[in-house]
Amino acid sequence: MSDLSDLYQEVILDHSRKPRNKGALENASGRAEGSNPLCGDELTLWVAVEDGVVREARFEGHGCAISTASASMMTEAVRGMTIAEARALFERFHSSLLSGPGSEIDVSDLGKLASLTGVREYPMRVKCASLAWHTLNAALDGGGETVTTE
Amino acid sequence: MSFDVSRIRAEFPILAREVRGVPLVYLDNAASSQKPRAVIDAVSHYYEHSNANIHRAVHALSEEATGLYEGARTKVADLLGAASAQEVVFVRGTTEAINLVAQAFVRPRIAEGDEILVSHLEHHSNIVPWQMLCEQTGAVLRVAPIDDRGEIPLEGYAKLLGPRTRLVALGHVSNALGTIVPVQEMVRLAHDHGAPVLLDGAQAVPHLRVDVQDLDCDFYAFSGHKVYGPTGIGALWGRAELLDEMEPYQGGGEMILSVSFDKTVYNKVPYKFEAGTPNIAGAVGLGAAADWLRAHDFGALMRHEDDLLDYATQRAAEVPGLRVIGTARRKTGVLSFVLGDIHAHDVGTIVDREGVAVRTGHHCAQPVMDHFGVPATTRASFAAYNTRQDVDQLIAALHKVLEIFGE
Repeated sequence: MSDLSDLYQEVILDHSRKPRNKGALENASGRAEGSNPLCGDELTLWVAVEDGVVREARFEGHGCAISTASASMMTEAVRGMTIAEARALFERFHSSLLSGPGSEIDVSDLGKLASLTGVREYPMRVKCASLAWHTLNAALDGGGETVTTE
Repeated sequence: MSFDVSRIRAEFPILAREVRGVPLVYLDNAASSQKPRAVIDAVSHYYEHSNANIHRAVHALSEEATGLYEGARTKVADLLGAASAQEVVFVRGTTEAINLVAQAFVRPRIAEGDEILVSHLEHHSNIVPWQMLCEQTGAVLRVAPIDDRGEIPLEGYAKLLGPRTRLVALGHVSNALGTIVPVQEMVRLAHDHGAPVLLDGAQAVPHLRVDVQDLDCDFYAFSGHKVYGPTGIGALWGRAELLDEMEPYQGGGEMILSVSFDKTVYNKVPYKFEAGTPNIAGAVGLGAAADWLRAHDFGALMRHEDDLLDYATQRAAEVPGLRVIGTARRKTGVLSFVLGDIHAHDVGTIVDREGVAVRTGHHCAQPVMDHFGVPATTRASFAAYNTRQDVDQLIAALHKVLEIFGE
């Protein structure tokens, strides 16, 4: 049985109360919308990519503590990464979210993002943590249609 | 007959289980209620003793199954105060009933520019079928406004009735807020304009005494699983003369008298609307649920649920930052609320870990959420078996939420 404090760690609460990189990004090279119809979370994500490197990522929207913290930490984590690195991090992070309740996983390489992997104990909440990342993927592809978690 | 909640609880086997290591507190009854032993047994007994297709064969089991299915129809008719069991059509649930009325009753009688009137309180299932119908026919959907209590002011509603109103479709009780809508008066006003009225009773039948003849409505729909019955079964009641003149809804077996490639003759009501082998076991279970409701003192049950709502509303006021959404003067046992800036899904996850099941989200009523300017609420909804202790556990769990979020 996981403890609630594993899900709502201080770092997550901090990012949900004071999200980093919140607000529109001027001169973005990519923009995408994400929504989770199940809970009504909506998110707009902007990226500025130069020479294949993510110079900046910002977001706007509303959602639960998990989705806001995930968006906030993600925009910090991908800054300075190449597109390939950002996508690899997405895959790495996403697979840890989907590893299922009770699974033992190595999150030592995920840094602050590791705090979010406690969500794997709460299958109904995994999409809260993954919404921002799916939206990032779409923004890196150039945006277009709204991404949904359904 | 007095109301003994511990005896009621003993009839619901699921209430004895634990969830996440703590006794279950089930407060998501507006989504689906739990089932008493009588309903579970009726369904099992049907499958163990009487299972066969109905209205077909001459063998004993078919005769028994037909008797049980038609007996259930009579029980549902009695529950709704219908004049005749032939006015009760079995459907999958309220959603199917509304779609049936939209397509089989309204569609052939509506022209471009005609109007359907609903309210701002409706569940999506009493919005979307009408939007689809409007797209198909060029009709216009009108929406009666709500106020900040979550009530539908009658003046605003009355103003939208007119010579082009072809149907009024209203929820009897709001699923998101618990508002009891003054449908009797609204039916009278609609009839003054010659407009027939469909009532969505999904949230009303479990909590109010419903009498379709007193209400004087034209159609009434409800779902089995919210009235202590099985999922996948519900009923549409309609006035006999309206059902008679309606087109069939779906084509298939059971709904016909004779079929040839030149001409097919439809069966009479209600069978005309029940194409294919129906949910026989579900109907049997729904009949048992109707019996169960009628065997209890409904007045005492309503007083019990009113007491829970009053108690919950009073205790909720002690929770810092809690704002109740929906403060209608007449409500069923629904407490919908927001807790400070904390998202409903975070609230839901934390109280779930404390063993308390509530619903979080937009409750399939996004226009209601938009009216109150919130993306989602947490909703606790009560049934006959809930207790003041359940409310206490909810309140304690909400304090836990505040503790985790440091507010």
